Amino acid sequence: MRAEPLSAVEGVSFGYPLAGGHRREVLRNCSLELQRGELVALVGTNGSGKTTLLRLLAGVLTPDAGVVRLGGRPLREWRRVELAQRVAVLPQQLDLPIGFRVAELVEMGRAPHARRLFGSTADDERAVARALADADALDLVDRFADELSGGERQRVLVAMALAQEPELLLMDEPTLHLDLAHQVGVLSTIRRLQAQRGMTVLAVLHDLNLAAAFAPRVAVLDRGGVVADGLPDDVLTPALVERVFGVTVDEARDAAGVRHLALRL
Amino acid sequence: MRAAAAPTVSTRPLVGGPTLTRAAIVLGGGALLLGAVLVVAVAVGSVGVGLGDTAAILGRRLLGLPLAETWAPSAETIIFELRLPRVLTAMLVGGGLALAGTVFQALLRNPLADPYVIGTAAGASLGAVLGIVAPLLLPGLALGAGSAWLGLGIVQLLAFVGGLGTVLLVYAVARGNGGTPVVTLLLVGYAVSSILAAGIALLMFASGRALGAIFGWLMGSLSGASWGDLGFAAPLLAISFVLLLARWRRLNLLLLGDAQASHLGLEVEREKLALTMLATLATSAAVAISGTIGFVGLVVPHLLRLTIGPDHRLLLPSSLLYGAALLVLADLGARLAGGIPVGIITALIGAPFFIWLLRRSRAVRPMAVP
Repeated sequence: MRAEPLSAVEGVSFGYPLAGGHRREVLRNCSLELQRGELVALVGTNGSGKTTLLRLLAGVLTPDAGVVRLGGRPLREWRRVELAQRVAVLPQQLDLPIGFRVAELVEMGRAPHARRLFGSTADDERAVARALADADALDLVDRFADELSGGERQRVLVAMALAQEPELLLMDEPTLHLDLAHQVGVLSTIRRLQAQRGMTVLAVLHDLNLAAAFAPRVAVLDRGGVVADGLPDDVLTPALVERVFGVTVDEARDAAGVRHLALRL
Repeated sequence: MRAAAAPTVSTRPLVGGPTLTRAAIVLGGGALLLGAVLVVAVAVGSVGVGLGDTAAILGRRLLGLPLAETWAPSAETIIFELRLPRVLTAMLVGGGLALAGTVFQALLRNPLADPYVIGTAAGASLGAVLGIVAPLLLPGLALGAGSAWLGLGIVQLLAFVGGLGTVLLVYAVARGNGGTPVVTLLLVGYAVSSILAAGIALLMFASGRALGAIFGWLMGSLSGASWGDLGFAAPLLAISFVLLLARWRRLNLLLLGDAQASHLGLEVEREKLALTMLATLATSAAVAISGTIGFVGLVVPHLLRLTIGPDHRLLLPSSLLYGAALLVLADLGARLAGGIPVGIITALIGAPFFIWLLRRSRAVRPMAVP
């Protein structure tokens, strides 16, 4: 018998309501399992349902059909705050409120664990300090949200998510709008922390080479379902890229035998 | 080894938001200001009572201090029966409106929101105008100023019910299957307010000799303040304040947006409804005993956010204290200006001040950066 997955999407369909009682169906009979301590990259075209799948895993959306589980228990049986104690989300886009210092923003990540009405506990302080150090954001503690560059901002968002001390971290395009150095920086930080903290991580990524370098497992979402799932080398073939993305790519292998895909314009 | 994971950082605690000293300065300063303003406002009037005597009278009657009686008994009557209820009403109304404004600005994530923004003012006004006009149109009804319920006149009662009821109505209409979007809430609030405004205009047209009373109420005035009104509104404001303060963390989370607040454990829709109703409770209680006084609920929260920051742990109690002090001063101005409605003063001074504030670059800021 296999170990029970931390998180499981089982035969889930979901559509967004449209005017006139119709629904725009995004996911159709979609299934995905995340084992404890796994690092998974999720790729797919725009509109293939990656963000929707993340929202379903976070319990913010409820499936029309099928079930999403955490630790074997359907999400609808979890209280919102219990879920937030275990699942953190690094959203694609987040407006940071003005006037808070970074230390205070990161402390907001402790909200689901709050024990005291007005203050914070020693556990909170330890978790915030550790999150700031782990996300390499200690030098930012006294800065305000509107004084951060794109890369600094992303470090703060990572720290907020880490302060939540989640078992499952869901990241929606954590490299969006970042330059190459910061893309590599954020992903290598996440990978290091994933191993250190034993977190389970699912990250939506657009760059296929980056996804292959980042995660030992890649899942491909297309037309509402997972069409390929496994080792990057098995999954991200030129044939699949052509089928899913409609783009022709060349492949090359480096000295270590790792496949790289190159776009042809 | 885990030892390396525990970083040593600055001696200043990282967590804790505003330090205790900062909170003590802001809140202690507010309390001192409020006390000083109270004594001055009670002392000033057509019959002058010295500041020392005023402080002594207040100290003896309110705090039970054993002070020798060095003043005329009439001074005590004037202060206790006339001026003190009015000044305390000003405090309660100013504090309540600023508190509600703070909450609405966070809920709507808009620094230009005020307590009236989703229909409270229109609903309360229609109720009050009905209460003023009904006894004239239907003289058979025993609803005159003499009739009272829970120490309240019919005008105050209808204003309170009108304010609370309108927001419930707006919320029910704005609620879709996926939640209650802010924009929908604002638009429905605007539409419902317009309908109610038409009703108010119609009643004013039909009111005849009550027009003066209606105008006075709509401008907002504290001249009718009484211990009875206070006894009604004070407990409501106290309940609202305590329950809102207990939700300071949730208000902070809402500033991150609905989605992230939800990721951090908030039942967003339920929480927004609770916060809206608690803020509306404070607003309706204030409006019921004073009419629709403008700008306090807009300017005070905005100014406080700029000076002490957006943390609601400090913002909520501060808005109560500083809003209270501001309206006492405005009402003092209204009394000195020959007894004009205080709403005229808050608009005359509040609006230009607000424009000046907006002209300063730092002040023209959204509440969040993408």
